Amino acid sequence: MSANPSLSLNPIADLRQLFAFPFMVNALEAGTIVAVLASVVGWYVVLRRQTFASHTLSVMAFPGATGAALAGLPISLGYYLACTLAALALGPTSRGSRRRYGSETATIGTVQTVGLAAGFLFLSLNQAVLGGPDSLLFGTFLGITRSQVLILLAVAVASLGALTALARPLLFASVDREVARASGVPVALVDAGFLLILALAIAATSQLTGALLVFALLVTPPACAQLVTMRPLAGLALSVGFALAIVWLGLGIAYFTIYPIGFYITTLAFGLYLLLRVSRAVRERRR
Amino acid sequence: MFSHEFVRNAWLAGTFIALACGSIGWFVVLRGQVFAGDALSHVAFVGAIAAATLGVDERVGLFALTLAMAGAIGALGRRAVADDVTIGTAFAWILGIGVLLLAVLATSSAGASGITTANTLFGSIYSLSASASEIAASVGLALTALVLAAARPLLLSTLDPELAMLRGVPVRGLGLAFLGALAIVTAQSTQAVGALLLLGLIAAPAGAAGALTARPYLGVALSGAIAVGAMWGGLSLSYAIGSLPPSSAIIGLAAAAYATAAIAGRLRRRQPGPEPLSAGEIPRA
Repeated sequence: MSANPSLSLNPIADLRQLFAFPFMVNALEAGTIVAVLASVVGWYVVLRRQTFASHTLSVMAFPGATGAALAGLPISLGYYLACTLAALALGPTSRGSRRRYGSETATIGTVQTVGLAAGFLFLSLNQAVLGGPDSLLFGTFLGITRSQVLILLAVAVASLGALTALARPLLFASVDREVARASGVPVALVDAGFLLILALAIAATSQLTGALLVFALLVTPPACAQLVTMRPLAGLALSVGFALAIVWLGLGIAYFTIYPIGFYITTLAFGLYLLLRVSRAVRERRR
Repeated sequence: MFSHEFVRNAWLAGTFIALACGSIGWFVVLRGQVFAGDALSHVAFVGAIAAATLGVDERVGLFALTLAMAGAIGALGRRAVADDVTIGTAFAWILGIGVLLLAVLATSSAGASGITTANTLFGSIYSLSASASEIAASVGLALTALVLAAARPLLLSTLDPELAMLRGVPVRGLGLAFLGALAIVTAQSTQAVGALLLLGLIAAPAGAAGALTARPYLGVALSGAIAVGAMWGGLSLSYAIGSLPPSSAIIGLAAAAYATAAIAGRLRRRQPGPEPLSAGEIPRA
């Protein structure tokens, strides 16, 4: 790092210090975009219990990045391509209902490891370009460029727009699939559409958090929100609020310390989840 | 090919690891616990990193952390099946700790962290020592035998937990023990296939077997056979093609078997076949 950031315990000076470097401004902007996108899409993921499918989509960042490096394409293009391909592969099996069936999880798991195996193959064919798998899998926020922030913004606007258009039928199909189908909602189409939006959101998020830590923004904040309220609009707002708090705090702490951001973001998210779980259990016992 | 000792070690360990993954995997898929297996394999990675950071034997970290995670997953849910959202939230955090440990490791021993990461994530079956592969083979064999011995109560408690409880099967304890067995398989195979790719050996052969037959014992046998076949084929392929990593070849073959079986199963289902199995008619071994 170019200067030694140190915490002076003077909040205004510290905040000014946070915004002093362009890389940090980029990271904060990218983090904000990603937090909003991931927590809104994630609210539906938690409602539909599609955590395993989203984990599979998120590890696709690894073959995406290594494959793009091998082919000489921009890395972020590889993220989007690999995630979309995996979403299409998962499409026929995705049911998006609360009940899990064995063969569906077998397919998801297989798609996931095929992606990882391909990524490992690309990496070993192309050892020189990428130093190691660490930063691909666990993310870095130091290297985000201006153009990446703009692409993230465009992707976020597009996928949130698509989600808004899909919101009502998706909610209906997620809560009661049979009734939705009976009243004329094209459930299969809605499932596939949501999976594609999810792929875009995950490809965007994993550029910041790395492939393995997407969950901290995609699943944990919405899971926290749904512990508090099941009302859609209030839950979505709460979920975004939680995600923003986690990202901003995580970036702030990571800036002033030497350890990676992934640790802070996941720990903050998990701490919040534990707190809400415990307080809910206490409330239920008192009743 | 077998004149090299490292190849013999890889085949010995690989065969029995694949057998255990395939046969246990059939039950994992039946119970819908593939995501739990996934979480265990990621936790195994953190265990290996933690062991490297603390300077203890890798296996200590692997076994300690996967068994702890299996216990936690079992304790969190009724019938020892935890909610996917809870599992996801918890394992994201454990991976976060892994990241921290990686950073600590990188500052304490320069350069070593990249190699440790690559080996634990993607396995290095050709670098197993003779004693390590013997241990892997015996653990694999023992677990396969254990799961086969418990196959009947395990089947019943998966398909119809209420009936199993009425018949005096300890459903919850069995679920926990099963997760424990899965944890041991995970920890043991991480060294060979790698934490991230292990899931392929658990899910793909079982998925293939499930697409081909609904009969349980035939399914378990088929799943084990497909896993061992993928292991042998993958080892031979990667030996023949130098730039192909063994883990990638093994997983590629297992997934190809699943895809073929799924297509074959779908074609066959067009014709009327026997009814799928229900809980009341589990055949005796």
